[in-house]
Order: sequence, then C-alpha cells, then structure tokens
Amino acid sequence: MPDQPAAVLHEHFAHQFESLDHQKEVSLLGMWVFLVTEILFFGGLFLTYTVYRHMYPSAFAAASHELIVWAGTLNTAVLITSSLTMALAVAAAQAGQRRALMAFLAVTMALGCVFLGVKAFEYYTEYVERHIPGHGFQFEAEYAQPAQIFFSLYFMMTGLHALHMIIGLGVMAVMFWLSWRGTITSEYSSPIEISGLYWHFVDIVWIFLFPLLYLVGRHVH
Amino acid sequence: MTTTTAPARHYINDGYGIRSWLLTRDHKRIALLYLAGVTFFFFIGGAFAVLIRLELATPAGDLVSDETYNKLFTMHGVMMVFFFLIPAIPAVLGNFLVPIMIGAKDLAFPKVNLASWYIYMLGGLFTLYALVSGGVDTGWTFYTPFSTVSSTTNVIPTALGIFITGFSSILTGLNFIVTIHRMRAPGMTWSRLPLFLWSMYATSLINVLGTPVLAITLLLVAAERVFRFGFFDPALGGDPVLFQHLFWFYSHPAVYVMVLPAMGVVSELVAAGCRKPVFGYSFVAVASLSIAVLGFLVWGHHMFVAGVSVYSALIFSILSFLVAIPSAIKVFNWTATMYRGSVSWETPMLYAYGFIGLFTIGGLTGLFLAAVGLDVHVTDTYFIIAHFHYIMVGGTIMAYLGGLHFWWPKLSGRLYNEGLAKLSAGIIFAGFNLTFFPQFVLGYLGMPRRYHAYPPEFQVLNVLSSAGASILGLGYLIPMAYLMWSLRYGRTAGANPWGAVGLEWTTSSPPPTENFAETPTVTWKPYDYEHAVAGAEGHSA
Amino acid sequence: MSTEHASSKRAYYTVFLVLLVCTYVTWQIAYFDLGPLNTLAALAIAVFKATLVVLFFMHARSSPRLTWIVIAAGLFWLGILLVLTLSDYLTRLWT
Repeated sequence: MPDQPAAVLHEHFAHQFESLDHQKEVSLLGMWVFLVTEILFFGGLFLTYTVYRHMYPSAFAAASHELIVWAGTLNTAVLITSSLTMALAVAAAQAGQRRALMAFLAVTMALGCVFLGVKAFEYYTEYVERHIPGHGFQFEAEYAQPAQIFFSLYFMMTGLHALHMIIGLGVMAVMFWLSWRGTITSEYSSPIEISGLYWHFVDIVWIFLFPLLYLVGRHVH
Repeated sequence: MTTTTAPARHYINDGYGIRSWLLTRDHKRIALLYLAGVTFFFFIGGAFAVLIRLELATPAGDLVSDETYNKLFTMHGVMMVFFFLIPAIPAVLGNFLVPIMIGAKDLAFPKVNLASWYIYMLGGLFTLYALVSGGVDTGWTFYTPFSTVSSTTNVIPTALGIFITGFSSILTGLNFIVTIHRMRAPGMTWSRLPLFLWSMYATSLINVLGTPVLAITLLLVAAERVFRFGFFDPALGGDPVLFQHLFWFYSHPAVYVMVLPAMGVVSELVAAGCRKPVFGYSFVAVASLSIAVLGFLVWGHHMFVAGVSVYSALIFSILSFLVAIPSAIKVFNWTATMYRGSVSWETPMLYAYGFIGLFTIGGLTGLFLAAVGLDVHVTDTYFIIAHFHYIMVGGTIMAYLGGLHFWWPKLSGRLYNEGLAKLSAGIIFAGFNLTFFPQFVLGYLGMPRRYHAYPPEFQVLNVLSSAGASILGLGYLIPMAYLMWSLRYGRTAGANPWGAVGLEWTTSSPPPTENFAETPTVTWKPYDYEHAVAGAEGHSA
Repeated sequence: MSTEHASSKRAYYTVFLVLLVCTYVTWQIAYFDLGPLNTLAALAIAVFKATLVVLFFMHARSSPRLTWIVIAAGLFWLGILLVLTLSDYLTRLWT
C-alpha cells in the first residue's frame, strides 16, 4: 500500500486512484496498451508491404531507387535526435527543472518540424517526378503497375506516420504549455512521460520505414 | 415480505439536467448512454431485417430491386455487427459492472470512457448518414475490388463511420484491461474474479489487438477508392485476397468479441440461477482467454474458396477445430453447474438456458464449416447465415437480454413484470428457431445468400423463416415496453432481489455514484453460495 | 538522486550515438550486394535500434513486468498477422 497520506489531494489527482503514484503507473500502462494498438494499426500496412515486395521484388527495388536517400537518412537522424531530447525532457520534468523541460520540449518540436519540412520537400519532388499514384503516375513501363503499388504504400505509410507526427507536435505543444504554466512538477510529471512514450513510438515506426522504403536493392547500379 | 425502499441518493438522481448526463464521468451513467445508443441502432438493423424477410417471403424479387436488396442486407449487417453486437454487452453491462465487480470507484480512465461513447455515437451517426443518403451495397464484408472499384454507393462514409466507431471499442477495451489489472479492491485476486470479468478481460484483449487492423483495412479501402491505389485491384497488380486476410484477421476475432461477453453473462446467470459456484471455475476462466487467443488464428476459414493456398487452408482448418474446444468446455461446465443445483426458472435463467442450447447448435455447425470439404459446399449459402445467427441471435442477444433482466433491478432500482418477461422469452425462443432453423435446411439444399430472388421450391422454408421473424420482432418489442414501464411504476428492487452472490449485490439498487460506501475488502471465493445469506426477496411485480 | 539522473543521462547520450551509428551502417550497407542478407541486415539493425529506444528512452528496463507483457503481446500479435498471412502467399505456388 502507498505510504502517502490519504489526503494527498494534488489538484490533478483523480478520485478513482489510491495515490498519485498509482495514477501515474496506471496512466503509463494505458499509454503502453494504446501503443500496442498502434503496432497492429501500422502492422496492417507492413503486412501489405511484405506481401507486395514478395510479389514484385524488382519493381520495388526500382521504385525505391527513386526515393531521396539523403532525405530519408537525414530524417532518421532528426527523429533519433528528437527522441534524445524527449528523453532529456522527461528527465528534466522528473527533476523539477522547468526551464530545461521547456527547452527540451521546444527542441523536440523543432526537430519534428524539420522532419515534416524534409518530408514536404520529398513529397513535392515526387509530385514533380510524377510518382504520385493516380492518373498522372509515370514510371518505366516494365515496372509501372507494381511501382505504383510501391508508391501507394510509400505515401500511405509515410503519410500516416506524418499524421502521427503532427498529432505528436500538437501533444508536445500542450505539454509545453503545461510546463510553462507550472503544472508539471517533479511530483506530477506523468503527462510528459506519457507523451514521451508516444513520441518514441513514432520514432520507432520511422526506424522501420526507413530501410524498407528507401534502401531496397540500393546495391544495384 | 419485507418492504424495500430505494436509497435516497444514487447515481441516477446524483445531479440533474442534460449536462450532468452528457458530461458525466460515471461509468454507470455512461452505460445507460450506451444502452440508449445500442437499442436505437438495434431497431434500425432490425428494420432492415424485416424488409429482407419480407422480400424473401416470395421467390420472385418483387418487393425491391436487386440493388436495393444488396443495400438492405449490407446495412443490416453493418448496423447489427458494428453498432449493436460488438458494443452491446461490453459497453452496457461491462461498463456498469466492471468497476463494481472489482470493488473500484470507477474505471481507470473515466474521461476516456465518456469519449468512447461520443466516438461510438459519432461513428453511428456517420454511418446512418451514409445509409439515408443512398446506402451501401457491398455487404458488411466490403469485399474488393467491388467495394473499391465498382460499387457506386456510399462506401467511403460507411467505412469511415465504422473506422470511427472502432476507436470506441479500442478505448473501452484499453480501459477494461488497465482497470482489471490495476484497480481491483484489496483481496480481489484474479482467482476471485467473477467469470463475467474474465470474459470482459478476454474480450478487451481482442478489441485492443484486433480492431486496429480493421481500422487500417477500412482506411485502405477508402484510400483505394479515392486515389485508385491498387492494393486490392487485380487490374492494377493488386490482390483482392489480401483485403480478405486483413479484413478477417479482425472480423473473425470480432465474433468472439460478440460471444465472449455473452458467455460471461451466462456464467453469472447460471451461478445465480442454480445457487452454486460455476463448475470448473478455472477451466472456464482459462477457456475465455484461450478463445481470445485461438480466435486470432483461424480467420482463413472464411476464405477457403477465395483462392488461398490449400496448405494455408489446411492450417486454418485444424486451428478452427481447436477453437471449438474451449467453448465446449464452457458448455459442459455450465451444464455440470446445473446438475444438482437449485435450478430456478426466472426470466434471466430462461435466457441463459436458451443460450446454452442455441449456442451449442450454432457452435456445432461451426465445426461443420471448419471442415474444408464440407465448407466448400455450404459456403455462401443460408447454412452460413443460420450458423452465425444461431450464435449471434440465439446466443449473444439472448444472453444480453438475460443479463439486462438480471441486472435491471441493480441499474434501475426497479423490478419488471415477471409474467410478461417470461412470455417474451418464450416468444423470442420460438420466433428465433422458426426463423433460423429452416435456414440450415435451405443452405444445405443450396439456396445462396445475398440473393433477393430464389427458385420456387425454396418458398415454404422461406415463408416459415419470415413468419418466425415477425414473431421474433414482436418478442423484442415487448421487453422494451415493460422495462421502460418498470422505470416509473415497477416495484422497488432492494439491494439483492435474486439472493445472488457478488460485489454488485452488496451495494444498493441503484448504487451510489462512488459504487460503495466503503471500499470493500474481498475474502471470499466467487459464487460462495454456501456461506451466502439465504433469501431472495421475491420479485414478481 | 542526481547520480541516478546523471547516469541515466549518460545512458541516453550513449544510446543516441549508437542509434546514429546504426543508421549510418544501415545506409551504407545497402550499397553492398549481400543478396538476401541485405534485407535481413537492415531489419536486424532496425530491430536493434527499436529495442534500444524501448529499453532506454521509453524506460522499459525500469517498468513493471506487466509492461513487458504488453509489449510482448503486441509484437506476438503482429507476428500472427504476418506469419499466418504469409503462410498463404508463400505456399500458393507449391504443388
């Protein structure tokens, strides 16, 4: 049983819990369960990718060649860095260091924006090169159909990932605001921890997207 | 006979006005919000069923065109599956009972619970919009490439509506899992949990692990329709069977989402109705988990004729036989519970016995279908329709009604009219069998499903089925009437009108907002009828 | 308290550098023809990176056992989705 007095009435304490610690532990568990649903959600796309790569290996390699490798690699590094700053933000929150927390959150958000900016540049390039699936799609005739499937997957997977990033940025903005207001203390740091879990998950999805989309058959020519 | 008075303050009168309901965080009020929602969608789905059976009363397709008929069975399936069967027991009975049965004040995340309801209603209304603005004709299964390429109906709004509602299931499942793990009262160990909670836990596992795959699948269908991606379109190099793999990966476990809570209810009803612990408690608990896990391994049995590899079909066939075992264990154990029990014939128990019989028939026919050799003959016939309706309607809906009646005194503080209730149960049972048993025969004789016209030699059986459907429909309307009537005029129920054992019966009817005056400490086994205080207070109105 | 924080911060920076190095390796290794090992290597490195993020950045190392079970369940179910579906695709051409 917790050794906090029964009358711990932190303003954010919810009555169905026994203590703030209980509340934090349960909230973290809730986020982990939610992340599992996200694994299965993206999992359907990874399955689709696996099936079609198995069916059309050469076309997938040819299509993957058209992606901008330096952009993908840079974005991977950007996200990894943002995970570092997120982890440091959580550490700052737990230590009650408000300014450090705000700084790390801001850097994390900035890195997220860089990621989206690079992505936007890539999408624009793909638009110009007529690799957007649909009427205007153009690709060498031998691989045109499966290449369109590759690009469909590319846009679905990176698009959904980007959507999760944008939501993550929204969450971080709220966290920044809560930190600024002084709501986050070393006692009540769970919102930062929970948001951090989400952010790291989005990073992990990209860690898998990067080689699967950008690095297929790169050794050819 | 003692007179009983309702408690002065309880969750229903604790705060008045529409805002106190629409912004509530009380799991019990949210359960009632869901009750309203699922009942509404049930009758819409039922209306489509009426039209279907009306059309099928004659061999000619003379009531509606074939395209309209396609929309009728699609909307019937969509409404019933996604907006009634999947949410009903978990969101109504589960929401109400899970915290009380574990001795907690509320679920782990009450605001998320309220959000789940809003998401459910939003998805439902979205889908309703798709329905009234033209309908959908793809079947509730959305098979491609018809749904992604050829269908000219409201596929996208429907798919999005279901997508949205899926999050309601996911969040409720998440809430239940976390709550059952971490919010139990002192002494409420896993082995003291009522079996209803084991079922809710297993159901929640499925909701959390399976629904996201449906979500992405529906997104892919919508994206394919909008952008012509080609994932499931053979003309663009895609594979329609991939859609079926993705769809059934969720939709098969979904049927266990529909039946596991029903089984949980039945365990409670049988224990209370026989005043005995459920025989083989740990086997029933483990069986619930096994069904949840094994249920994810069998989806290919919906695809035996779709063009999958025969080796894959073999694997799925064997696994489909295996998944019947835990269900059978439950049926044996309920039956063994009844043996030498003090068997009651009150309405909830009638529904429980009905479940046991009808679910057994439905489940056994499932074994026929697990055998590839037999399935290829009866797939896409009325045999399949009869099979799943025996489980969904003869099983789940009967259990839902049984649970609703059993816990009605608890959630409303009132007793319903037992005579009318027994009558309705009888009408439902008769109507159900008259509707669906002929369909087994029809399917075996070769009548295909999803056709609005059929050869004249099938008419007699179809007429029997349609007649049964009208009786069944009447049977469902009567409880609506007497249950609502009881809210105003029913006798006060008292804390434990059934003399049942369980934490929910130790608190008042209706319970206070915080569920218990003091957090209970549990020291007894589940269904500890040996030591329970005797005395049902009698309850006929 | 501060040594705990310092050591965890050191762990963060170390993990960060390892992740960057792994990214570089993934990128470079793609240019060598290793046949089927290309994909395997890329995925193996990705799994290793993800594991580091989960263990250190997401504090799974210091999380309760239930968290581990939740993570394992998610991965296992993803495995079911992939393996059983591929059981169809990989055996379609078998005689």
